[in-house]
Amino acid sequence: MTIPQLSIFIENRSGTLIKVLEVLKQANIQIIASTIADTAEYGIYRIICSEPTRACEELKNAGIAVAISDVFAIELDDQPGRAADAVKMFSEAGISITYMYSFLLRSKGILIFRTDDNAHAAQVIQQNNLKSMTP
Amino acid sequence: MIDNNSPYFNPKNETLTREQIEALQLERLQATIRQCLKNEFYRKKFDELGITPDDIQTLADVRKLPFTTKQDLRDTYPFGMACVPLRDCVRLHSSSGTTGNPTVILHTQKDLDEWANQVARNLWMVGLRPDDVFQNSSGYGMFTGGLGFQYGAERLGMLTVPAAAGNSLRQIKFIKDFGTTCIHAVPSYVTRLYEVMKEQGVDPRRDTKLKGLAIGAEPHSEEQRQRIQDMMGVKAYNSFGMSEMCGPGVGFECPEQNGLHFWEDYYIVEIVDPETLEPVPDGEIGELVLTTLCREAMPLLRYRTRDLTRVLGRTCPCGRNHIRLDRMRGRSDDMMVLRGVNIFPIQIEKVLMQFSELGNNYLITLTTDEDNDNMTVEVELAQPTDDYKQLQNLERDIRRRLKDEILLTPIVKLVAKGTLPVSEGKAVRVVDKRKVYQ
Amino acid sequence: MIWNPNKECMSRDEMSALQGKRLHKIVEYVYHNVPFYRNKLQEMDIRPDDIQTIEDIRKLPFTTKKDLRDNYPFGLQAAPQSEIIRVHASSGTTGNPTIVGYTRKDIGVWSECMARCLTSYGVTRNDIFSVSYGYGLFTGGLGAHYGVEHIGASVIPAGTGNTEKHLKLIRDLGITGIACTPSYALYLAETMDKLGIRKEDIKLRVGAFGAEPWTEQMRQEIQDRLGLKGFNLYGLSEVMGPSVSYECQMQHGSHICEDHFYPEIINPVTLEPLPAGQTGELVFTTLTKEGMPVLRYRTRDLCSLMPGICDCGRTAVRMSRIEGRSDDMLIIRGINVFPSQVESVVLSMPEFAPRYMMIVDRVNNLDTLQVQVEIRQEYFTGIFDTPAAIDALEKKLASKLKSVLSIAAKVQLKAPNTIERSQGKSAHVIDKRKL
Repeated sequence: MTIPQLSIFIENRSGTLIKVLEVLKQANIQIIASTIADTAEYGIYRIICSEPTRACEELKNAGIAVAISDVFAIELDDQPGRAADAVKMFSEAGISITYMYSFLLRSKGILIFRTDDNAHAAQVIQQNNLKSMTP
Repeated sequence: MIDNNSPYFNPKNETLTREQIEALQLERLQATIRQCLKNEFYRKKFDELGITPDDIQTLADVRKLPFTTKQDLRDTYPFGMACVPLRDCVRLHSSSGTTGNPTVILHTQKDLDEWANQVARNLWMVGLRPDDVFQNSSGYGMFTGGLGFQYGAERLGMLTVPAAAGNSLRQIKFIKDFGTTCIHAVPSYVTRLYEVMKEQGVDPRRDTKLKGLAIGAEPHSEEQRQRIQDMMGVKAYNSFGMSEMCGPGVGFECPEQNGLHFWEDYYIVEIVDPETLEPVPDGEIGELVLTTLCREAMPLLRYRTRDLTRVLGRTCPCGRNHIRLDRMRGRSDDMMVLRGVNIFPIQIEKVLMQFSELGNNYLITLTTDEDNDNMTVEVELAQPTDDYKQLQNLERDIRRRLKDEILLTPIVKLVAKGTLPVSEGKAVRVVDKRKVYQ
Repeated sequence: MIWNPNKECMSRDEMSALQGKRLHKIVEYVYHNVPFYRNKLQEMDIRPDDIQTIEDIRKLPFTTKKDLRDNYPFGLQAAPQSEIIRVHASSGTTGNPTIVGYTRKDIGVWSECMARCLTSYGVTRNDIFSVSYGYGLFTGGLGAHYGVEHIGASVIPAGTGNTEKHLKLIRDLGITGIACTPSYALYLAETMDKLGIRKEDIKLRVGAFGAEPWTEQMRQEIQDRLGLKGFNLYGLSEVMGPSVSYECQMQHGSHICEDHFYPEIINPVTLEPLPAGQTGELVFTTLTKEGMPVLRYRTRDLCSLMPGICDCGRTAVRMSRIEGRSDDMLIIRGINVFPSQVESVVLSMPEFAPRYMMIVDRVNNLDTLQVQVEIRQEYFTGIFDTPAAIDALEKKLASKLKSVLSIAAKVQLKAPNTIERSQGKSAHVIDKRKL
């Protein structure tokens, strides 16, 4: 139901982002989706990619602060309003979404998110027959 | 030197009979009126009321005297209430805030001596002696809780640690390392200290030499006091003071913990109906009105404290016949007291309105979270923005400006326009979710 | 004006005789009341009776900050606890601060010395004087405060912060004197410009500036912008607090209250005394202190002594401006900070690599301290996928630093292996201030 996401600590200065991307390039890792949560001084770079475990190792070897966390990823039809329908289910169950981003993959909308109550969120996904993305 | 075994710091004045107290009060009231009339403000007031000092022949005649309000202090800012030349003043305290005129309180050397004596009397009353170690975890500087207790504890002869407010890790280190036996702090800070002690694995019963706490400067309920006593394993004594009277020292609980003894050799205590300004019977809640009896630099007649309380009694098993008042039960104005700091909503409004990025709607919420009293100021943005860095900086600037104004740092939440409830008529700006008044 | 001409203008012979007498007494006192000193003196085979004149001081052992740390909290205290009525604390070199206890008589001597300073600056009981040093454990606030009350001027315990309100009071109350750090004086001037307050609008005429090193250029700028005369005020809590020495109207060297604090200048390497006029490390022996007397306390401040009678009439020896330090201590916003304090905090948190950088700067005349630390790679786990989790970690470190340093530091988390490794004394400090 969940997929692994890389979370990388990057400082807000030039050269930090390219260092991460170069490591992934050298290791022949493909990035499927990514987003940066930024603050005034640093950012958390979140990446969904091929071979996350190996990617994590490669980044660590390059001295980068990286960790794997599990996030929900659900597949939605590529039509207006589907994201709203999905989020409403969690909202009605009293679950808060900590962060979320989305992208298109093979003509499907993919919603990546983390919640404040992952066990409960998993139930909601099952009960509503939401389709999880397969890694 | 006072005998360490005596329960009284000033045996003579603390054990006066009611008749003796009242005789002393009348004598001192007449002297105070003479002192007040050295000042134009009171001369005018007396003229307006058509009264002269000769009209005050009994203690009940105090009701003929004019009231004094905080507004009077603001209107006569800075030195209009002084009754001695400035040259004879050695200290000045001032209220917080930059909006409008602050209040200014002046002291002569004798005023400071008497203030120290009052505080020393209180601390002695609850069993503290020169061998004790007194940690004063109260703000210093303009806030009277710091210097007031410093001078009083030194007067008593205790080892006094001017720890000041905040920095809980260091406070706890000192409590352990110095063998602190008594802490003075606002009640919300004591609970905070206990939380940090728990995190640090410090058990106040096992790891400290504490034998008492002095808590005051912010309203708290009997339940809160009980909790504090249970946490720290020692008695917590309620302290009352206000800078207009001198500072802490005006009233204090004795070991009976049956209300605060207000020192009637220093003050005349009245409880009045805040609307009619007529006296209310003993036991009924009303506004506390105080007349100073020993102050030289800035004596005040019938000062309206805006604090609501009631008379509990005039005798006590401890042997002191000084009037006992209930803990403060509320305010007759919109002042908030948070972590010992007095705050008026208008101060916050004036700061927020200085930012062009902000809209007009705001909400102040007071809460108790994990034993910390907090203030959250929610304010609407005038324009939407997606620049996180700009929002962070704006939030920080608002926090800083508010800290300058109200002396403590609130949680600032920027919210989108139209999020805060708009009430009909007079907007509700303050929501107090704490349980401070019973 | 001179507060105490008897002491401040004593002839050299009389002063030396008085110092010799007091030195003998204080050595006898610590010998009988402080095991630390008794052991030291016994090891060196010195008995109190061996100390008769002030020249005999060279026989005595030195005292260092480390000695204070090793005897934390009250090991060097000479008076019984019941006689101590106050403690102050200053920065220790690691987690433990340096604790100094004062008896009622010590507070009296301190107020007397402070009264000498203020009178020398021209302050009288007619002045309204704002004390804008931090109050509390730091000696600056309460030390200056008691002195102002002692001479009978009106003291305004302004403390630090809230500069706009402070300026309002300076203007509205007609405040004539101020005690603060020189950088805060400049910050006041800047805030005046911002608020459109001119120096003609205020009545400040005397400034007592200390707690951090400053230059003659800074003095000129402060005097020009605030329209006052600025005087140096020197002190340290281990010896007493502010008022150990003070400038007079000549503004040429600071007179030491040498009937209470005996100064020497030594070579910090060989520890040999240096002749007058040469720059070296300043060493003080307290001659009258009861609570915590110190023998030959090494201040680590580098300066020189200026003997001779001053044009102001005082004979009390003068010291030059502080020219530097013989250790790595920094003074930030008037507070002493040791890199080893930061190190002790960083090492106590497994989340961080044992590596840090302190960046000190002065922005708008306010000192800033930034502490950079590296997050440990193995500690960076899945919970750190939001900025909030990292903010919480920063806050935890910031709060620990505040408790040890007494000043707030801005914490900046760095990625692993991004802080430069360098060797030597200043490896952990970048001081961008131009002092």
